[in-house]
Amino acid sequence: MPSSIPTYADVSVGTEIPAQEFTLQRADLVKYAGASGDFNVIHWNERVAKSVGLPNVIAHGMLTMATAGRVVTDWVGDPGRVVSYGVRFSRPVVVEDDDKGATLVVSGIVEEKNEDGTVSIALTATVGENKVLMGAKAVVRLA
Amino acid sequence: MPLNRDWIGRVAPKGDPVDVTRNDIRRFATAIGDQNPAYHDLQAARELGYTDLIAPPTFLIAASTGGGSGGFIHDPDLGLNYAMVVHGEEKFDFVRPVQAGDVLEMVQRVENIQAKGSNELLTLVTEVTSNGEPVATVTNTIVSRGTA
Repeated sequence: MPSSIPTYADVSVGTEIPAQEFTLQRADLVKYAGASGDFNVIHWNERVAKSVGLPNVIAHGMLTMATAGRVVTDWVGDPGRVVSYGVRFSRPVVVEDDDKGATLVVSGIVEEKNEDGTVSIALTATVGENKVLMGAKAVVRLA
Repeated sequence: MPLNRDWIGRVAPKGDPVDVTRNDIRRFATAIGDQNPAYHDLQAARELGYTDLIAPPTFLIAASTGGGSGGFIHDPDLGLNYAMVVHGEEKFDFVRPVQAGDVLEMVQRVENIQAKGSNELLTLVTEVTSNGEPVATVTNTIVSRGTA
């Protein structure tokens, strides 16, 4: 958690939320499958993933969404201040069977200050050159 | 083959309520690599003003998987071929965060089915309550590839 939690007065349109880097490896996909109950084979079986035209095993979209959301909840400190969070999945996150996995880079920017004391944050989530989420947006209620 | 448009507006049979435990929350938070104390440490959650551990924003996905209505969209009458499905969009709108001790009831309905190019978009809306009080609305759009 950040040492100083942002307040509504602190932030303005354009305030940047620092980028964070996350690594997703095969073991993370297995853990997420167990915790979420999503056992779709394309998230753990390379043979099946390739047979349906994917380059390799891909991360659960919801794991990518959850990981990207950490940038917002880390920034705001209290995750219960998230009023809404939505994303479009634009590209799968391919996770090779190696020691590196995929590196997801996520950053945010305050897009709007709303009159009800909330702010709207636009998130950018990329793997390499590719955006893996589009229209990713969170609304948080600040103190 | 296109999806059956008669399903627009259809509501899933009510599944069993889902008990949210501290362990469910900790396990999910650990799986997404998130050590935020509000998910793990009861004292920290209470200091933030909650009565118990709160869940990460996307936790409702895990809860809904166990919610009993997951089979709804697998009815052959809808015509959805799961091999052709990809996740298009997901959105959570919260009245309040999910907390340990909640007994979640989920009512899912088919909000819309529409063609977009060669694909079809199936939008499902799930109203989540605990003991009759609203908690969140989850909107999920899945893409049925090449069926339009």
